[in-house]
Amino acid sequence: MTAMGHDAPAGDLRLADLTKRFGAFTAVDDLSLTIPQGSFFALLGASGCGKTTTLRMIAGLEEPTSGQVLLGDRDIARLRPYKRPVNTVFQSYALFPHLDIAENVAFGLRRRGIRKVDDQVQRMLSLVQLDGYGRRRPAQLSGGQQQRVALARALINHPQVLLLDEPLGALDLKLRRQMQIELKRIQTEVGITFVHVTHDQEEAMTMADTVAVMNAGRIEQLGAPADIYEFPATAFVANFLGQSNLLAGEAAGSAGREVPVSAHGGRFSVPAGRARADRGPVYLGVRPEKLHLAGSADQVPSGHQHVDGVVTDASYVGVSTQYLLRTSWGSELSVFVANSGTHGQVPVGTRAVAYWDPRHAFLLRREPGEDDRTTPVLDEPVGASS
Amino acid sequence: MTALAHVPTGQSTASSPPPAARSGRYRFLPYLLLLPGAAWLFLFFALPLLQLAAASLYDPTGSLATGYAMTWAFSNYPEALQAYWPQFSRSFLYAGIALVLALLMGYPLAYAIAQKAGRWKNLLLVCVVAPMFTSFLVRTLAWKTILSDNGWVVGLLRDIHLLGPDGRLLATPVAVILGLTYNFLPFLVLPLYASLERLDYRLLEAASDLYASPVQTFRKVTLPLSMPGLIAGTLLFFIPATGDYINAELLGTPNEYMIGNVIDSAFLVRLDYPQGAALSFLLMAAILAVVFVYLRKAGTDEVL
Ligand SMILES: Nc1ncnc2c1ncn2[C@@H]1O[C@H](COP(=O)(O)OP(=O)(O)OP(=O)(O)O)[C@@H](O)[C@H]1O
Ligand SMILES: [Mg+2]
Repeated sequence: MTAMGHDAPAGDLRLADLTKRFGAFTAVDDLSLTIPQGSFFALLGASGCGKTTTLRMIAGLEEPTSGQVLLGDRDIARLRPYKRPVNTVFQSYALFPHLDIAENVAFGLRRRGIRKVDDQVQRMLSLVQLDGYGRRRPAQLSGGQQQRVALARALINHPQVLLLDEPLGALDLKLRRQMQIELKRIQTEVGITFVHVTHDQEEAMTMADTVAVMNAGRIEQLGAPADIYEFPATAFVANFLGQSNLLAGEAAGSAGREVPVSAHGGRFSVPAGRARADRGPVYLGVRPEKLHLAGSADQVPSGHQHVDGVVTDASYVGVSTQYLLRTSWGSELSVFVANSGTHGQVPVGTRAVAYWDPRHAFLLRREPGEDDRTTPVLDEPVGASS
Repeated sequence: MTALAHVPTGQSTASSPPPAARSGRYRFLPYLLLLPGAAWLFLFFALPLLQLAAASLYDPTGSLATGYAMTWAFSNYPEALQAYWPQFSRSFLYAGIALVLALLMGYPLAYAIAQKAGRWKNLLLVCVVAPMFTSFLVRTLAWKTILSDNGWVVGLLRDIHLLGPDGRLLATPVAVILGLTYNFLPFLVLPLYASLERLDYRLLEAASDLYASPVQTFRKVTLPLSMPGLIAGTLLFFIPATGDYINAELLGTPNEYMIGNVIDSAFLVRLDYPQGAALSFLLMAAILAVVFVYLRKAGTDEVL
């Protein structure tokens, strides 16, 4: 039997109050979201937050504890996996060891009763740059090659929804970029809805129309990559997607178009439109690249706000230099200064002030008692690599 | 049995030569270790086999009392076959039917234990093996009681008219085949279990994600991946079942006798050693031929 409506317009993919519990543990917690037809949706989140479980429920491999999976206006949540116009690129590849690469790729076509598959298989293999590998067995390929076979095996079916569970994780940077471009091209050309799970923020931001950041089974924020990055909704998102300097402070309601904040003895303000909370304990957040360094407070341009400190670390990473500035109360702020050649390097040990334009700051809700959250420089900032 | 490993593991090219010749002191160690086993095989397998081969060519007119003369009597073979071809073909027929029955029961059983049993797995495995803790003979005798004319099985079958009022199970081909099926079932189930246990359920999920219905998933993924176990189990079942004589002896009548019974009586009752030996070799050759054809067919991927 042919799976229904393979070339029919699909409609949006909607998850409604989707919940999955394993015993007492809630892996996916009341998830609701709409993924427009033909869009590229990226799901980001820490390990174990429920990304794979969500994909499995869409694919039909996991039965939701409650909630609906709708494709167009059809509820497919109770449909068997092989009846869904959905294909998956599995995190573990799951290639069939007893079939050669060509037959692995052709598997879905053959099951739908399509006889002439050779041309399509050839095209798919060359798309993932595996020409000539058709007669090999999966065990004879490298991890990255196997991953590309998994990709080809799912893509060849032109499903209405393609679920990708870290499909490029095993590839080197160059190949990964090429595959990203190919994937994006296919997605726009064929109009398949992509749901893409990745740990690579850059991948998510460059490829996706919409990014959702998941945490402990819930979606913390969903939106266009730039919107999420520029104005995160929660402290988790602010630090999961890129880095943020979050200073613990108190706000007492907005005053006109500003929200005044007091933090560590200093007085700051944030435009009311960039405040997720304007009363009680808050985080004042500024991205490291939105901070600038100056030698002293009188060099700070007017309209900017600043904190004083001592430079404790300077890491030169080519496009930028990443400084750590220890404040008078002991927190360390990250400051990224682009190496545009207009400033010299600031030596470690010098006193400096970090300043920012208040329009680049944001205000987030804070649990009472939580202290500053400034992330150490662990990985490159989003967009820093070429 | 290279065919058992027909799923490539990618090691064929990677295996490096063993560093045997490296140190002279241990060079002969592997052969030394081989010695006890080789000596055992030679004394108790190769020599008796030769002896048996010789016996199959003795002058058939001799007897234990007068002694046998070696006359290279190749005619022993066609004569034995001529006399006992019904028992011969019956052996293969009964073993074949029993094999089919055992597969129908054993495959689902092995599959359930391997993939679905969860924490009951070990207990179920013990249940499969447990009957072997008692002797083959005792178990078959127990079946004799169960299938007897006034046993409850026959009683029940008569009550529901599956058997006529005088119908019986004991001393029929049915009893012999049931006995064979029962007695050799574990030999089929255990290798199958080992194969299915290794089967990665994520491959089954991938298949169903790729539009394979449960039946197609079974045919295209489960079955090919369990082939090594299936082949091993089938052989372990079929070979001893074909040569068996206990089941026909205890559960059947001379009308159900298999070739094992004939060989048994040739050696122990009729004392016709040349004929017994010739029949033994014929059985061996026939089984080898069947196994060879089977492996040639089943050992390739195109079998299904
Ligand atoms: N079958 C299961 N039984 C019990 N718990 C499960 C099961 N499957 C997943 N979980 C739990 O549900 C949570 C979410 O798992 P999931 O595989 O969705 O994480 P993930 O977001 O994909 O993580 P990763 O990025 O590491 O792949 C985990 O804590 C996991 O331990
Ligand atoms: Mg996962």
